Amino acid sequence: MATETNSRVPQIGQRNKKNQLITDPNEMFFLSPRTPSFLTGSEVIREAIRRASVDFSVAYPITPQSEASSLVGELFAEGYVGDYMRGESEFAVMGQCAGAAFGGARVFTTTAGPGTLRAFENFPMWAGSRLPIQVVFTVRGVNSPLTIQPDTLEIAFMLETGMLLWHAETAQDLFDFMLKGYYVAEQPEVHLPIGVICDGFFVTHTKDMVMMTPEDLALPHYDPYRSPVVCMDMEVPPVRMMRDPFVMKSNYISYMTHASWQLEIRAAIERSRKHTIPILDGLIDVENPDAEIMMVASGTAVSQAREAIRLFRDKGVKVGLVKIKTLRPFPTEEIRKATEHAKHIFVPEFNVAGWLAREIKSTIDRNGRVIAGPHVAGGMTMPPEIIVEEIEKHLAHRRNKELVHG
Amino acid sequence: MGKKIQINKEFVDIMPQDYLDLVDNGTYESPNRGWKDFGTATELIAEHSLCAGCPESIAFRHIMASIPNPEDTVMVGSTGCTSLVFPMIAVHNIHSLFGNQNAIATGLKRALAVRFPDRVKDVIVLAGDGATVDIGLDMTLQSWFRKERFTTICFDNELYANTGGQESGLMQKGFLAKMAPVGKKFEKVRLPEIARESGCDYVAIMTASKPSLVEKVIKQAVLIAREVGPTYIQIYTPCILEIGKQSMEGLQEMRTSEAPGERFKFREFISPEAQSFLDGLAEKKKAEKLAATGATS
Repeated sequence: MATETNSRVPQIGQRNKKNQLITDPNEMFFLSPRTPSFLTGSEVIREAIRRASVDFSVAYPITPQSEASSLVGELFAEGYVGDYMRGESEFAVMGQCAGAAFGGARVFTTTAGPGTLRAFENFPMWAGSRLPIQVVFTVRGVNSPLTIQPDTLEIAFMLETGMLLWHAETAQDLFDFMLKGYYVAEQPEVHLPIGVICDGFFVTHTKDMVMMTPEDLALPHYDPYRSPVVCMDMEVPPVRMMRDPFVMKSNYISYMTHASWQLEIRAAIERSRKHTIPILDGLIDVENPDAEIMMVASGTAVSQAREAIRLFRDKGVKVGLVKIKTLRPFPTEEIRKATEHAKHIFVPEFNVAGWLAREIKSTIDRNGRVIAGPHVAGGMTMPPEIIVEEIEKHLAHRRNKELVHG
Repeated sequence: MGKKIQINKEFVDIMPQDYLDLVDNGTYESPNRGWKDFGTATELIAEHSLCAGCPESIAFRHIMASIPNPEDTVMVGSTGCTSLVFPMIAVHNIHSLFGNQNAIATGLKRALAVRFPDRVKDVIVLAGDGATVDIGLDMTLQSWFRKERFTTICFDNELYANTGGQESGLMQKGFLAKMAPVGKKFEKVRLPEIARESGCDYVAIMTASKPSLVEKVIKQAVLIAREVGPTYIQIYTPCILEIGKQSMEGLQEMRTSEAPGERFKFREFISPEAQSFLDGLAEKKKAEKLAATGATS
């Protein structure tokens, strides 16, 4: 994250117009003193953006992110964000974000549920255009009848857009992922949009203790000239890109161009690993890796699973947990290794589809070990007691089956 | 040729001749650039992959010759016939999706204003009528409501040309087309009037038959967008293929359609603020001319 060479952009060691010291990202993340603050997830989004040297942000109201995007507006009024506007729909918002990113700005927006789906056409376009926009998805239900309740189904739609997707468990994750997300997404060999996901209401509307970096430190500005594609600002000479646009051609060169570019997007996601692993301390966290019963989860399902481990411990049963931090890149090898001793792998999820279980089943050996569930959906909570009950029920059922057929 | 667009000396020997021509003989930073450069300077659009004789290609040439500061202009396109031309144009240009061009331009213009607060950076949207009036109408209008500072040009061929001639909102009532099998049932959408009511400070409807008029309108529209507010130009670029004309008949079709009483007779709307800005420009030009005459006499 080198600072742009534009003379009016403050460099590392200089102060911006809000008197924040532009600080090396690693120093800011790991060496700066952290102080505890008791904040809602929406306020955490504001505090991360305050420190992120964002040039442009677009807002549009949709529950449960409306408060966060309004708070970013307040930051703009205070002078922390370069420009800010309310868009007219999520489809337009994501276009406005794209336009600004094409023009060399660091861009931030938020959306949720139906907004994500209304905007959907933009996300693969962002990735294909290599725009390192950050969007926070405060995920909620997308079904009809109308719901505003927490549900992680919309993540399933996002998985193949070519975006980096990180799933925050807590408000602390949210704060760290947002700042670190820019650092990784803007690396020249990555340079992809990033979705930082948090579970609506559970994270956005509850208060939590978050260890914050100092308010007077800010990330270096985005340098659009470290992009693998040309910044559309006419500051570098234009090229005539091609004589015949590929869309016109039905021939092998055209097919190959499109195919190889899609592969390159996926390769860029994989290249993000080397920047993400040190900065997030791995793509997964593992608790009790030697346990025969493992749970694998992302988002707030991790917190519930952790509580379930405690209940199991009281019963004298050892259960392990894999917390997935990044869904793209998907930590395939890490999960394989962390679950290699497990006999049963449960995947608790806040959605009806069980997309995470499907992802895991498709990537690990002996996938008959993977049990998709327990699930809750439509806004239900997932009390740890339910996780324990479901796991016990399943194991008892399996034992009975073995007794009958074994 | 100004100093901004240059080739690194190390690369000169490997650059294609047409690019060298563009740098040596182009019209970037030329204060009086215009259609009269045709034939003496290298144009910003050298070739196109449109149908032979397509009026859209004529309009494109005239526009590219007329934009006042190509060295600081970024264009935004959309899907359609225009998107086949943009890859060959020698200013930065963006294609992203179909119909979102005015949303892209909004973000782009604002980003450039944040990054270059003391510099001129023009943004021009150029899209077809399907993109501007049908699928993208919401974003077209909303950018005008917000008074976004860029120019929107609509190439109005009164149908979806690139997909094979389907009905569009700007098609004339009664026209038989694909997806209008018994003729279009409603009137051509009156976007110029809507543009005026939506906050545009300058609106023009025209054809591309007269290069000098295109030049004047484009220059006014870009300068007003830069200093006053949003501007909209609707140019008839008939799809000769879909209306059964020959390659050489496009120009005549435009001329016929701009005759008195016809739907593309030249009309323009200039808001009082834009008019006072144009008057100021004219005064300035006059003063400069006078000063130059004084200096030489």
